Amino acid sequence: MMSNREAMLEKLAVLDTEYAKALAGGGEKYVARHHQRGKLLARERIELLIDPDSAFLELSPLAGWGSDFTVGASLVTGIGVVEGVECLITANDPTVKGGASNPWTLRKALRSDEIARANRLPVISLVESGGADLPTQKEIFIPGGAMFRNLTRLSAEGIPTIALVFGNSTAGGAYIPGMSDYVVMVDGGAKVFLAGPPLVKMATGEDADDESLGGAAMHARKSGLADYFAVDEQDAIRLGRQIVSRLNWRKAGPAPASAYAEPRYDADELLDIVPGDLKVPFDPRDVIERVVDGSVFDEFKPLYGSSLATGWASVHGYPVGILANARGVLFSEESQKAAQFIQLANRSNTPLIFLHNTTGYMVGQEYEQGGIIKHGAQMINAVANSKVPHVSILMGASYGAGHYGMCGRAFDPRFLFAWPSAKSAVMGPQQLAGVLSIVARAAASAKGMPYDEDGDAKMRAYVEGQIEAESLPTFLSGRLYDDGVIDPRDTRTVLGICLSAIHSAPVEGTSSFGVFRM
Amino acid sequence: MISSVLVANRGEIARRVFRTARSLGLSTVAVYSTADAAAPFVDEADAAVHLPGNAPGETYLRAEPIVEAALRAGADAVHPGYGFLSENAAFAQAVLDAGLTWVGPPVDAISSMGSKIESKKLMAAAGVPVLAELTPAEVSAADLPVLVKASAGGGGRGMRVVSRLEDLAGEIEAASAEALSAFGDGTVFCERYLAAGRHIEVQIMADQHGTIWAVGERECSIQRRHQKVVEEAPSPLVERIPAMRPLLFDAARKAAAAINYVGAGTVEFLADESGEFYFLEMNTRLQVEHPVTEETTGLDLVELQFAVAAGDRLPPEPPPTVGHAIEVRLYAEDPQHDWQPQTGVLHRFEVDSSVRVDSGVADGSVVSPYYDAMLAKVIAYGTDRSTVARRLAGVLDRAAIHGVRTNRELLAWVLRHPAFLAGETDTAFFDTHGVGEPADERAVRLAALAAALADAAGRRTGLPSGWRNLASQPQRKSYRVGETTYDVEYRLTRDGLVVDGDIRLLASSPTRVVLEVDGVRRVFEVAAYDGLVCVGPISLTPVPRFVDPATRVAAGSLVAPMPGTVIRVGVAVGEVVKQGQPLLWVEAMKMEHVIAAPADGVVGALHVEAGQQVEVGAVLAVVGEDV
Repeated sequence: MMSNREAMLEKLAVLDTEYAKALAGGGEKYVARHHQRGKLLARERIELLIDPDSAFLELSPLAGWGSDFTVGASLVTGIGVVEGVECLITANDPTVKGGASNPWTLRKALRSDEIARANRLPVISLVESGGADLPTQKEIFIPGGAMFRNLTRLSAEGIPTIALVFGNSTAGGAYIPGMSDYVVMVDGGAKVFLAGPPLVKMATGEDADDESLGGAAMHARKSGLADYFAVDEQDAIRLGRQIVSRLNWRKAGPAPASAYAEPRYDADELLDIVPGDLKVPFDPRDVIERVVDGSVFDEFKPLYGSSLATGWASVHGYPVGILANARGVLFSEESQKAAQFIQLANRSNTPLIFLHNTTGYMVGQEYEQGGIIKHGAQMINAVANSKVPHVSILMGASYGAGHYGMCGRAFDPRFLFAWPSAKSAVMGPQQLAGVLSIVARAAASAKGMPYDEDGDAKMRAYVEGQIEAESLPTFLSGRLYDDGVIDPRDTRTVLGICLSAIHSAPVEGTSSFGVFRM
Repeated sequence: MISSVLVANRGEIARRVFRTARSLGLSTVAVYSTADAAAPFVDEADAAVHLPGNAPGETYLRAEPIVEAALRAGADAVHPGYGFLSENAAFAQAVLDAGLTWVGPPVDAISSMGSKIESKKLMAAAGVPVLAELTPAEVSAADLPVLVKASAGGGGRGMRVVSRLEDLAGEIEAASAEALSAFGDGTVFCERYLAAGRHIEVQIMADQHGTIWAVGERECSIQRRHQKVVEEAPSPLVERIPAMRPLLFDAARKAAAAINYVGAGTVEFLADESGEFYFLEMNTRLQVEHPVTEETTGLDLVELQFAVAAGDRLPPEPPPTVGHAIEVRLYAEDPQHDWQPQTGVLHRFEVDSSVRVDSGVADGSVVSPYYDAMLAKVIAYGTDRSTVARRLAGVLDRAAIHGVRTNRELLAWVLRHPAFLAGETDTAFFDTHGVGEPADERAVRLAALAAALADAAGRRTGLPSGWRNLASQPQRKSYRVGETTYDVEYRLTRDGLVVDGDIRLLASSPTRVVLEVDGVRRVFEVAAYDGLVCVGPISLTPVPRFVDPATRVAAGSLVAPMPGTVIRVGVAVGEVVKQGQPLLWVEAMKMEHVIAAPADGVVGALHVEAGQQVEVGAVLAVVGEDV
């Protein structure tokens, strides 16, 4: 029997292999070719752009996992600090099919727009993309317009947008610089036009070259699309930093406490907490103590609805309310406790952190009759209408309506991360297979037919396998159902970065909720 | 009776004289140039008078305003220090004419020693051994090498070694010009040049009543460009040949007596390894290296200067010499680059107080191009020469000297050199042994890493430094030392520092980094300034991550090595030049610097003209490829 730590380390090793695929981009050959052209890789550009020794949180790194496209979806997105300003940075990875956008690229880009907008993060786009992946254009073309819409809407909301154009940014892609507040183009690299030489020739018969149609010099001197002319990539990044330094950017949310204590317990022990088998419960307070400032967690209603721990703490100086599943199941008491706690956090303008390990709301006659739906609805009402920022961390199970009540993806948490140990689905694989088996058995018996026990066993094994695979964090992360899978030991750092980003926008609760069914 | 003294000098020696003056209850008056307005010696004086301008000719070499300053500030005595007007008879006379006390020798004594040519004749007549003087016109190949010297000179200025007859005329001209600009007198003479002699000198102290002390000898053989850098008492040569001492002292006393000397003076001799010695010159003033005599005799020579100036009598015999003292002169200069003087802000200057430090600077002092680049003298005293040398070397190692390159490493290297420790200290020391190596590659690499990690510590927020959830690139920082750029790549991870080599990070703060290198714990003190980071004794220039293309310098550009004045431009735009051909001349720090063509090519641009002031790094000319 593997220890909790061994099980977690094994999952982390698997995760590392997947991350390595994202980091490898288009592979050695294309990386070498890109370097030979004197160009920097997407992540090299980002490293140069952000402040020395600052942290960078890459978002959705597994986008496209399980699809036909390269893990990472030919785009790097993340939160980094530029000239002291937290920005949402995106960078096309030109080593992956020339940086072409596939459907997962689009979803990843739209998710990063959402994060920028909700948290009021200035956006810096490091552009070098061959445009849409044509074979999958049907998935991209129509919804893809949102990328351009979002940029100008961000601008309308006073969120600065900056495009540094390193390479191709043609056709639709030309609107990335087109819709940005500030545009820098790299001499000899940037190519920004609606139509390239062949298409122009076809359309009008005109002979034109890349440079006269969309070069940096032309755009800086003639069209005015480029505000800054960069002599090379480094210069473009220098100019990008200079632009940010002149934004006079002020974060709108309250500042964190100037002094706070580190947790008293070692983050390394977070590897020991989650059992390899999620049927075995664990105490989320063990997690909280290793994540929050000074390991101080002031519990609210500790004696009531004890399957859900609620309480106040702070992380990197930012006050937070925490809701953490303690024994998997949510009963009426837990639901009502959560609804009350969420309202309190809205009164005190305190962000909320949801630590998931739930199998869902309790079922059975007693609970249905006791109003579990009503009470669950109260919790979901509170979560859905709460206006303070939410961050969800999937530590273990996140099944059924429990996923909703704990602020699952559909409930727009500002950020949602999963540990490698997490699983999320409508229900557990065995339960789901079992339900299908019971239904099939009942159908056979209604028809008076003998039940195929062998077939049933095969069906159950198949379904279990499929649901298991589809509840794993890499799979869900690949579909952009979270913002990334993180090492449990990084939880405090990730929360710190997210809370700091969150406080770029005002943090205000509400007293306006849906009608609470009593 | 003296109650207030003006020191007609600057820097270290002004402070030195003030210290004794204060202990004697005298009030102190400084004079200062514009560039020295914020210098420590000005601040320490009870009163100070501004001498407008910077060049010595406008300031510290002008007798009239200095005498006027003394009168205006109520000083009743003038101490000239060394250099500047200290051996200027006219100045001494002007001081006396103003009714002030001259803390120095009689005017006649100054005049008779002021001309090196005349003084040698005088000394020969008095029975002091001298080296024959050569008439420039009669120098023959047999006399080579010869030394061209400014008659009024000192401190190596206006001095040239000539080893080829065809160079003689040019060097005499150059020496004469330099002498004229430095001392106001262009007279030069030649003598045989002893390439590897010993520089031995005797400290004289004489009162107005006929007592003349030979207080002890000093050896100052270790020189660069004829300027002393390491001085000690007693002399290792004399210690080896003790019979020399009475002869030396006798010659020195004779020299002083011949000119009715009063006050502190120094008779300099050139000696060979067999103990033969020749009179070089007599300095009619306090010497830069006087502290080693003070340390070994317990005397305060400045106090004695005041005493004899006031007419006091000296005891019949000087105190005996006990123990060994070594002084090193810390210069703002680059020994590896032809001793090029350095200028700039001295952010920090801290030398262990277990030794004597006579300094002219403090934290934040600006080393200007106008004066001698000596920052301080560091003097150690003890019973045993090699222990003193080692201790002084250790003090130099640990000194915090930030902002300006100095000869500190070179001095420590000399003090530890086997030849030095063996007492083999002739004037050709650097020619024989070189000037040491710059800090070794590995030490600089570690220093660069420490600088990078201290920088990271300074940028630390509550988040782990340089945290990544997907680590793709290391942190990259670059530092420059001289011409070499050192790239540092590192990552700080959950498991500690990831870097090339067996190095662990034990602790870091913006000012201190503790590394375990190959299993050995090492502490690095780090101080960062604008455009400079000092790690222990190693100074690094952080290379900016980005260069504004507008500030990039075109290839083939020749830049000013230091702030100065363009004195001559020898080429025109479009002219074809050969590698090494002089293009223009810049005068800085009282030296002429030739800017030569780096390669064969064509002068593409000339950005300066004669008489123009240039800042360090200013592009002077561009030499393009031959087309």
